[in-house]
Amino acid sequence: MSPMKLVRLVAWSSITVITAALLYLLLAPRPDTGSGVATVGGPFRLAAQDGSIIDSEKLKGKPFALFFGFTNCPDICPTSMLEITNDLNALAEKARDFRVYFVTVDPERDTAKLLQDYTGSFDPRIIGLVPKDATELAEIARAYRAIYRKVETPSGYTMDHTASIYLMDGKGKFFGTLDTKETPANRQAKLRRLIDRG
Amino acid sequence: MSNTTFSLRALACTTLLALTPAPSLAHDYKLGSLAINHPWSRATPGSARVAGGFMKITNAGTESDRLIGGTSEASKIIEIHEMIMDGNVMKMRALEKGLEIKPGASIELKPGSYHVMFIDLTKPFKEGESVKGELIFEKAGRIAVEYTVENRGAKAAGGTGHDAHATHGDMKTGAGGMKK
Repeated sequence: MSPMKLVRLVAWSSITVITAALLYLLLAPRPDTGSGVATVGGPFRLAAQDGSIIDSEKLKGKPFALFFGFTNCPDICPTSMLEITNDLNALAEKARDFRVYFVTVDPERDTAKLLQDYTGSFDPRIIGLVPKDATELAEIARAYRAIYRKVETPSGYTMDHTASIYLMDGKGKFFGTLDTKETPANRQAKLRRLIDRG
Repeated sequence: MSNTTFSLRALACTTLLALTPAPSLAHDYKLGSLAINHPWSRATPGSARVAGGFMKITNAGTESDRLIGGTSEASKIIEIHEMIMDGNVMKMRALEKGLEIKPGASIELKPGSYHVMFIDLTKPFKEGESVKGELIFEKAGRIAVEYTVENRGAKAAGGTGHDAHATHGDMKTGAGGMKK
């Protein structure tokens, strides 16, 4: 084999290998990120406001919504909870078994008792979840790609946090989000589709 | 006796009227060249220890002024805050230098934006009630105001938001709310 042929052979082999690798990266099935979108959501096991444990494994077959918030939040949290309460009421019987999990990003101040009073003033289908420590909170936030940050104020602190409501299907897969800028009709249509999908 | 009954009835009617949230209850205050238009807040959920206060402030003067704080009968602390949506992340900041109202300018404190932050509530805010307080401006000084408490879903003064519960008189609102 002439040196030139050898160079060509090596070059073509490299191109073939690289092309195959690229094709694999582009086309290979990725169970977690089917559309190439980063995975949102993941397994969690957290204490609920009534002391029971909510295990995402046991939610299979039951679509749900999840929100990160805190009770010392004057605006976006009560507004979001009020809106989803109105949405669930508008869906009537269809949303009877639907659950909305309110994960506090302020477990330092938000006790189970406080969350129970808080969610109870909206709808019994809204259930507060209290991470037992910073690690548990960090884990679920990371899984949902949610952001939260403690911010000092003159009298104490407040929390920045992701304000979307996550919609998860019965397989535990991310279905979409609800946010307060959407019309009620839009949000309710999404919830209907989610519940129909199961 | 009949007079007493009559006046009691009148009182009851007046009370009912006073408790009916209506845009006609808009109220304005003047402090020097500042006009404060319809301070309002929203009913708070059970266990809430904070609330937002909203209003429009117009400066008809030639000098800039700042809303730097306040007091309230219903909370231990008042701060002036700004809420910002950064993508889908809600951020809250205390305005340490207060909120500037430039000469000739009008600033609206409203949900999703600037607000008076009531911290450590001493009682829940209930729709139809009002909350007394004071606003403190850097130059104009202090003024007593009353915040009208609108429904929990109110997006603007006059309660244009929709709260299915409140509008149907459901008693789920407030600290003594429904327990499961």
